[in-house]
Amino acid sequence: MGVLQSYRLRVRRRTRLVRAIRKRRELHSIADRTKRIKPNDLLLFSTQRNEQVRLPFFLQYYREKGVSHFLIVDNDSSDGSMEYLAEQPDVSVWHTRHSYKKSKYGVDWLNWLQLRYAHGHWCMVVDPDEFFIYPFCDTRPITALTDWLDASSIRSFSAMLLDMYPRGPITDHPYREGQNPFDIACWFDAGNYTMTKNPDYGNLWIQGGPRSRVFFPENPEMAPALNKIPLVKWNRQYAYASSTHMLLPRGLNQVYDEWGGEKASGLLLHAKFLDTFTAKAEEELERHQHYSASAEYQAYAKRLRDNPELWCKWSEKYINWRQLEILGLMSKGNWA
Amino acid sequence: MSVGILMLVHTAFDRAEQIARHWVKYGCPVVIHVDLNVKSKTCKKFENALVDLDNVQFCKRHRCEWGAWGLVAASQSAAELMLAEYPDVKHVYLSSGSCLPLRPVEELKDYLKARPQTDFIESATTADVPWTVGGLDNERFTLHFPFSWRKQRFLFDRWVDIQRMLKIKRKLPPGIVPHMGSQWWCLTRQTLSVILQNPERAFFDKYFKRVWIPDESYFQTLVRVYSKNIESRSLTLSKFDFQGKPHIFYDDHLQLLRRSDCFVARKIWPRANRLYDGFLRDPDGAIKMSEPNPAKIDRIFAKAVERRTKGRTGLYMQSRFPNDGWENGMTFGRYSVFHGFSELFEDFEPWLYKATGAQVHGHLFAPESAEFTEGQKVINGALSASPKNRDYNSIAFLTNLIWNTRGERQCFQVGPCDEGAPVWFFAKDPNAQVSVISGAWALPLFKANQNFADIRKEAARLQKLENKQLWALRSPYAKARVRIWTMAEFIEAPMEPLQMIIDEIGAGAANRLAEAPRMTDLSGFGQFLQNLKNQGMHPYLMGDFPVETPEQRQKMPQRKPYLVQK
Repeated sequence: MGVLQSYRLRVRRRTRLVRAIRKRRELHSIADRTKRIKPNDLLLFSTQRNEQVRLPFFLQYYREKGVSHFLIVDNDSSDGSMEYLAEQPDVSVWHTRHSYKKSKYGVDWLNWLQLRYAHGHWCMVVDPDEFFIYPFCDTRPITALTDWLDASSIRSFSAMLLDMYPRGPITDHPYREGQNPFDIACWFDAGNYTMTKNPDYGNLWIQGGPRSRVFFPENPEMAPALNKIPLVKWNRQYAYASSTHMLLPRGLNQVYDEWGGEKASGLLLHAKFLDTFTAKAEEELERHQHYSASAEYQAYAKRLRDNPELWCKWSEKYINWRQLEILGLMSKGNWA
Repeated sequence: MSVGILMLVHTAFDRAEQIARHWVKYGCPVVIHVDLNVKSKTCKKFENALVDLDNVQFCKRHRCEWGAWGLVAASQSAAELMLAEYPDVKHVYLSSGSCLPLRPVEELKDYLKARPQTDFIESATTADVPWTVGGLDNERFTLHFPFSWRKQRFLFDRWVDIQRMLKIKRKLPPGIVPHMGSQWWCLTRQTLSVILQNPERAFFDKYFKRVWIPDESYFQTLVRVYSKNIESRSLTLSKFDFQGKPHIFYDDHLQLLRRSDCFVARKIWPRANRLYDGFLRDPDGAIKMSEPNPAKIDRIFAKAVERRTKGRTGLYMQSRFPNDGWENGMTFGRYSVFHGFSELFEDFEPWLYKATGAQVHGHLFAPESAEFTEGQKVINGALSASPKNRDYNSIAFLTNLIWNTRGERQCFQVGPCDEGAPVWFFAKDPNAQVSVISGAWALPLFKANQNFADIRKEAARLQKLENKQLWALRSPYAKARVRIWTMAEFIEAPMEPLQMIIDEIGAGAANRLAEAPRMTDLSGFGQFLQNLKNQGMHPYLMGDFPVETPEQRQKMPQRKPYLVQK
C-alpha cells in the first residue's frame, strides 16, 4: 500500500469519525445505564425498528453468551419495543426519528456510541435478527473467545452471515415472541458462497447463499454481501466503514489467512426469513431506507408475492457449530 | 513435607488464592511471586486474602515481561525463600497462578518421593529442536537483546539485523552448553541449591540477563552442569501454539484433562468453573501411581496448530483465502474432465457412470445452464445451475462443487462451446485429470442438417475456441494430468485410452472394461470435413480423416459393440 493510499484511507476514517460525532445530535437518550459498564465488559451495539417480537429472544441469547451491556439505537419504533428495551436493567437506549439511510444505514449512530462507550472493550455489532455462532459456543461464553483473542493479539473476528430459512413457504410457520427462530428457520445453504478480495480495504467480499440462489439468479452481482466482522476490540480511533462489512483502519479487515492456513471464525445465523419478512419487505420498499435504492427489497418483494420456497433438496439442516465447522463455513483455527 | 510450590502470579488473583489454599491444605508450602507490574493495592489485597495461612510466603517482587530476565529473577527469589524457610522441602515445583493441579497432591508427593534424586525439567540442545519462534534459535545465546520484543519490536529486529551484519557474537561462559525447554520445572533441593548458591552464579546471571527468553534456558542450561539425574520432561502439562502462546484449557476439556494423568496443567481459563470445581476437590478413590500421559491432548493441540497453519485443502472461506500458489492443493480432491467424449460416444455419460460409479455431469459450463447429473437444477451444497450465478465466479463454482462432494469423484464434460469454463484453472490443478479428443466438436455440426454456410461459420468459431483451450492445457504451467488425442488417433483404438482413463480413476476393482461406449456413426464424416476444406475452412484439430468412398465403406467390417474378454 502506497503512502497516498494510506493517507486516503486515513482521511476516510477521520471523515467517518467526524460524521459520527456530528450525528450524535440525532440521538436522544431514553435510558442511559452506561455508568454500570465495568472495565472488560463485553458490549453489544445494535439499531432496531419495530422488532418487539424478536427482542426477548435476542436479549436472552446474548445475555447467556456473556454480553454485559446492550447499547441500542431505536429508529422510531411504534410497536412498544423502545419502551420494552428501556425497562431492561442491562440496556441503554437512544431514540432517533432521523433517516436510517442518511446515517449510512445506522453506522454513523453506532460509530458514535462506540467512540463514546466502547473504547478498550470487546464489542459486538449485530442486528436483532443476527445470532453469533463461534467455535465451542455450546460450552464456552463469548468472553472465553475474547480472552483468547486478547492472548493471541487478535483485534477483530470474522463471522459470515448465514441466511437461515424454513422448509415450505415462509408464511407457513408464524414466529411467536420469545421463540428460538431457528426452531422454524433451521435450514441453510452449505456450499455456494463466492468471494473476492476488496483491494481498497483488504476485506473479503462474500456473496451467495439462498438470497443469491433464489432472488438474484439473473444478476448475482447484486446479491447482498455476507462478509461481516461483528466482534472487535474497540479503540476510539476505529470506525465501521460500511455496515459491519468492513472497518478502518484496514488492518482490522485481515480476518482471513492468505498463506494456506485458517484463522478462527464464526457465523451470524440470520433469522431474516420468518413470516415477519413479507410485511417487512413491503414496508422497507415504501420507506426507501435501504442500500442502493432498496434494490434488495425490490427483488424480495417481487419474488415474495409468489410466496417462493427457499428450501431445496440440498439444503442442510442446522445441528450445531461443529457441523458448520465440518462444512467449512467457519473454522476453529488454532483455538482448541 | 516434601514438595514446595513456587507460584508466579500476575493476574486472576482469586484463582491463584484458590490454588494456593489447595496446595497448603495438602501440606505443601507455597511461595508466591507477584509481578511488580501489578498495582500494590491489588497485591496487598491478595496478600491479605491469604494471611490466615502459615505456609504461604511472598517473595521479593520483580518486574516480569515475556522474554526478559524478570521471570528468572522471580523464580530465583521465590526458590531462595523456599529453600531457606522450609528445610523439609525436598523437591521444588515451579508453577504459575493459572496452573491447576489435576491429580491429588498425595499422588504428586508419592511420585516424587519414589524419585528423590530426579530433576524434572525439559532441557534440549537448541540445535536439535525446532521450537523457536521468530527464527532465533542459537542466536538467542550469541546475540545481545537489550530491547523488548513486545514493546520495541522495531528496535529489537533492527538490533538483531545489525548484530548479524557486524557479526557480533557473545562468548558463551565456559563450561555450559545452551539448552532450552519448558519453563515449568520441578527440581530437587540439591540441584536447586547448587544453582542458586554456587560462587559463579553472578557470572552466569550476568550472561543470561542479555539472553533472549532466559526463563526457557537459564535453569535448563545450568541443570545440565550440576544435576546427576535429569528427566527431560515437564510435570506440568503446557502446550504452545505456533506463535509460542500457551493453549488454554476450558470446561469442555475436563474429561481430557482427567484422563491425561498429568499432575499440573497450564494454562486454565480463570472462568472455567467446572475445571476448578472438578479438580480442587478432596480426592476420592485410591491413590494412583500412573505415569502422566498427555498424548491425546498433544494430538488435539497439534491438530489445532495444523488447522491454523495448513488449513483444509480445497476450502475457500471467510477465514481461509490463500494467495495464488499457497493453497496446499487448489481443490479438495481428484476429478476428471472429458473433452469431446460425449460428442464421439452416444451414451458416454451413463457408460462412464456404470464403469466408475463416479458422479458424472454433462457440460457443467454450458452457456444455457450447468448440466448437473440427472438434470438437477441445484446440487450438493445448494449450488445452483443458474448460468449467471455460475459465470459470476466460475472458479469458485468448480472449487465449491469439488468441496461439496467430498468423497465422491466428480466427472464432467467440457467443450469449445463452454466459453466460461475455467480451463486455465483446471489445467493448473494437479487434482484434475483432463482427457481431450480434439476436433470432436465437428460431429454435432456434421449431424446438424443446417445451411452449410452457417455450419462453416460455426465450425470456424469452435475450432478457434478449442484451440485456445488446448493452448492452456499444453502450456508449461499445466499441472493437471492432461491427455490429448486427435479424433482420428482416438477412433483407431478407442479401448486402450478408455481403459487407461478408467484405471486412473480407479473405482476399486481393476477390471478390464467389458463394455465399450457406443460410438456415433462416422460414415460420411470424412466427406463432411472435405466439404469444409473445400469452403476454405481447414479443420485441423481432428487429425487426418481419409475421404471415404461408398465402396470403401462397404469393405469395412462392422464394428463390434462388445469386447470379448480373453
